[in-house]
Amino acid sequence: MRDPTTPVIESVIELRGVSKQFELQGQRIEALRDANLRLAKGEFVCLIGASGCGKSTLLRIVAGFEQPTRGEALMWGKPIAGPAPDRGMVFQDYGLFPWLTVRRNIGFGPAARGLASAQVADIVERFIALVGLQRFAEAYPHQLSGGMKQRVAIARVLANDAELVLMDEPFGALDAMTRERLQDELLDIWQRTGLTVMFVTHSIEEAIFLADRVVVMSPGPGRIATEMRIDLPRPRDVSAPDFNDIRRELSRMLHSDVSRKAA
Amino acid sequence: MSAATEITPDAAAPDATPGRSAPVSAWQRLQAPALTLAFPLVVLAVWHFATYGRKYSLIPPPSDVALELYDLAFGGIYDDAYSQTLHVHLIASMSRVFGGFAIALAVALPLGLMIGRIPVVRQLLDPTLQLLRPIPVTAWLPLAMIMFGLGPRSAFFLVCLGAFYPILINTIFGVRSVDPRLFEAASMLGCTGSAQFFKVVLPASLPAIFTGLRLGLGFAWVVIVVGEMTGVPQGLGAVIMDARTLSRTDLVICGMIVIGIAGFITDRLVLLLGRRLLRWSPGHA
Repeated sequence: MRDPTTPVIESVIELRGVSKQFELQGQRIEALRDANLRLAKGEFVCLIGASGCGKSTLLRIVAGFEQPTRGEALMWGKPIAGPAPDRGMVFQDYGLFPWLTVRRNIGFGPAARGLASAQVADIVERFIALVGLQRFAEAYPHQLSGGMKQRVAIARVLANDAELVLMDEPFGALDAMTRERLQDELLDIWQRTGLTVMFVTHSIEEAIFLADRVVVMSPGPGRIATEMRIDLPRPRDVSAPDFNDIRRELSRMLHSDVSRKAA
Repeated sequence: MSAATEITPDAAAPDATPGRSAPVSAWQRLQAPALTLAFPLVVLAVWHFATYGRKYSLIPPPSDVALELYDLAFGGIYDDAYSQTLHVHLIASMSRVFGGFAIALAVALPLGLMIGRIPVVRQLLDPTLQLLRPIPVTAWLPLAMIMFGLGPRSAFFLVCLGAFYPILINTIFGVRSVDPRLFEAASMLGCTGSAQFFKVVLPASLPAIFTGLRLGLGFAWVVIVVGEMTGVPQGLGAVIMDARTLSRTDLVICGMIVIGIAGFITDRLVLLLGRRLLRWSPGHA
């Protein structure tokens, strides 16, 4: 029992012994076993691992789309009961509303919360500008490139005052040039806003480039294997020797784990 | 590609360009309508040579049908019971088509939305509705005449029945095939529960619903002849049935042509409306 008089540094997110099992065609699949994780405010954490390691499941539990089978998922010490605007999700396949323009997609959250239309318009202008899509404000999603769609998805979450942004391989479907540009933009937004970011990726390089801390996960059953703090100064140079050292180290962790499990 | 074709004529031969490019573009402009017209013209020609000048042909030649159609619309040629009555029949049929369609829409749309979204309603109604679906509208005719009597009410019912299923089936399909991702996106943005119905389900299923409307309206025109077999005095279907008993095949064909054109025009109007409403959908833009 925690002494209520002593101040505790509370985490934005805390996972305690979180496990998740699915029923798939009569078979029990253990997607996640006994995951423990804390996220401090303003932290940028990347989850990496091979497919089936439970990284997306973990993210979806934090988002509130899934409930843990065992254990607790807490935000500011309170159990996460379901999806809510304080935890915004950016999906790999964007999840934009195809019938709404860029402007209205970004304004969806504020409008759903019942803000006055003038206020919504104000917020929308600010975040369209933040992601540089002023010229495409009246375009529909199908008229945009993948990179632009993902900018809208990010702006949509930020416009809704999310304090935690959950990103599920958001740049996985983009070409290399666009991905690099969006990574830079994301870091820029993160540094300016003090957001907390939880970012799932399968790219080691992306994880090292972005994260304060990389959480390595392994499959069968999915669980958190280890983690590594990245202390390189930003902006990070992907071709620098120390970047490479970390890449080698992480790659070793990831593969030793996978091969051990596969054997 | 387009940049290259724009630049070359200017750079190469400025004076030769207009003369050379004009016939090409004229042919290109005429190609589509020429192709569109070719087939009906061939049909018309075959029809003409197969029937014209043959005394005992049961099918009148196109020129007779054209005369009859003119008389039906404006009178002054035969001056019989049908002269100058086209608008009466057309309006009668249109009121049944649009009226029946409107009733079908008013019932099928909410029903489809509920069957698609609410499992209890689906369990309750869907099996019965699916069982009734294969029954052709024609088969309902005797029963409709008993239930609704001879006359326009039966016609309304049958037209309504014809339009009902396409709207219902497509609405259910549209509602059930909404990308689950969009529900997740809406709920993490603070739009939950019943609010999602109007903010997500309805707009997302609009393209499918719209397809249902288009098919439904098409079917309403298809069944109008059956609908007007119920002893109504006016309507294009009634004209066709009466003309048949009078062996006025020219009149039968006139009725067919008018139904075809009216159905085509309404379909185009619906399509135009759809393009406007579904600008966001790549399949409709």
